Amino acid sequence: MYRVRRWSVRHARFFERMYEVFEDTLVHLDPLLSTLGYGRLERPVAAVESAVKGFLFDCKMCGQCVLSSTGMSCPMNCPKALRNGPCGGVRSNGNCEVLPEMRCVWVDAIDGSRRMRGGDAIQSVQVCIDNQFQGRSSWLHEVREKVRQRSGVQGVIT
Amino acid sequence: MSDIGAFEKLLASGQFAVTAELSPPDSADPEEVYSRARVFDGYVDAINATDGSGANCHMSSIAVCSLLERRGYTTVMQISCRDRNRLAIQGDVLGASALGISNVLCLSGDGVQAGDHPGAKPVFDLDCMSLIATLRGMRDESQFLSGRAISTPPRILIGAAANPFVPPFEYRVERLAKKISAGASFVQTQYCFDIVRLKEYMGRVRDRGLHEKCAILIGVGPLNSPRAARWMRDNVPGVHVPDHVIKRLEGAERPRLEGRRLCMEMIQQIREIEGVAGVHVMAYRQEEAIAEIIDASGVLDGRMPWNPAGQPDLPLQRAIL
Repeated sequence: MYRVRRWSVRHARFFERMYEVFEDTLVHLDPLLSTLGYGRLERPVAAVESAVKGFLFDCKMCGQCVLSSTGMSCPMNCPKALRNGPCGGVRSNGNCEVLPEMRCVWVDAIDGSRRMRGGDAIQSVQVCIDNQFQGRSSWLHEVREKVRQRSGVQGVIT
Repeated sequence: MSDIGAFEKLLASGQFAVTAELSPPDSADPEEVYSRARVFDGYVDAINATDGSGANCHMSSIAVCSLLERRGYTTVMQISCRDRNRLAIQGDVLGASALGISNVLCLSGDGVQAGDHPGAKPVFDLDCMSLIATLRGMRDESQFLSGRAISTPPRILIGAAANPFVPPFEYRVERLAKKISAGASFVQTQYCFDIVRLKEYMGRVRDRGLHEKCAILIGVGPLNSPRAARWMRDNVPGVHVPDHVIKRLEGAERPRLEGRRLCMEMIQQIREIEGVAGVHVMAYRQEEAIAEIIDASGVLDGRMPWNPAGQPDLPLQRAIL
């Protein structure tokens, strides 16, 4: 919902901290998650993620969440799906070129990133999206990435 | 094919560069492309061919550039992310380089709602930033986005757009820095009618030394009338026309001439700003005025850019401003 997602941006620092704790917890639970099977968890976790992030951020379940780098303003709500900053069409009141009633998601993103400790991540270049991840859980993906990095294990994770 | 294109060489030389925008015709006749380019002869260093600008359908950018390159013109091929996905764009860039096109400008593109086909499916598979990074990978790493090898990489100078004149203002310089780190070597900006805002922007650009990493060409263009100015402000995404500009046109006896004079003065003021590499002239439906405006501004310093006649005794359009 539009009003909720704008509220979330104003509380970007809170969500940043919350996600850090949440992710850390999941990383610690990796042995359990592995036993249950990441494959088996995919659908239920994706359903929960979609409900929670859909409510808070109007999440579109792209499966490659970059909220931590975009001030908690989901870039998939940009009509041009821009993941690297605002286009040149932003209106003088800060609203979207395509949807004049909507605040530009990147104007919000910049605001949110300034409230965050890791807000500078907004400057990193995001590679293009992989459409194969659409609808999949970004949480599980991130956790497996973290576990892999910590254990230094190389290899393909399915 | 040379290793370094004429445009890249000019930018490296530090001479004040002039580029102009050509609107591709709604026609399959190549002569229409040539007649639209002819008005620039001897006054511009490179011609940009737009890619469905304003989300209106016209002849493709790659075709226009290819036709012009055959006659020896230097071109900048604009690529919008709106209409094609990563497969199509990468294929086109390989083809463009093979056809002799050596400069590309990476754009997000106007939304389809702005143009003549509002029912079209907007693609936006890449955004302008990932497009820049993709092209850099093709050129410097000889590989497609997929990682698959390219046997002969495209030889291209990668450019981007910038708009210092719309919100969020403080972030616009950050965005330029990001485009440079993704791989942009030159930028062409949206229309500048507000020199104060431009000076602020360039000040911050210089503070970060960005002008040394990237050639910055400022967009300019003549306004036809106060009505046209208002229409542009209200209907063309991203164009900022300050009230004092509209007032000046309203007060003029001959608004059309005043608009051109305003453009010429703007070019002269822009030239004085440290860190600016040139101007990019966009004069939709007034293309014939460009030569006159550039001539009167004196920014070429007597230099004559390449022209098909090739020779200095080409009859120049003299300034009447």
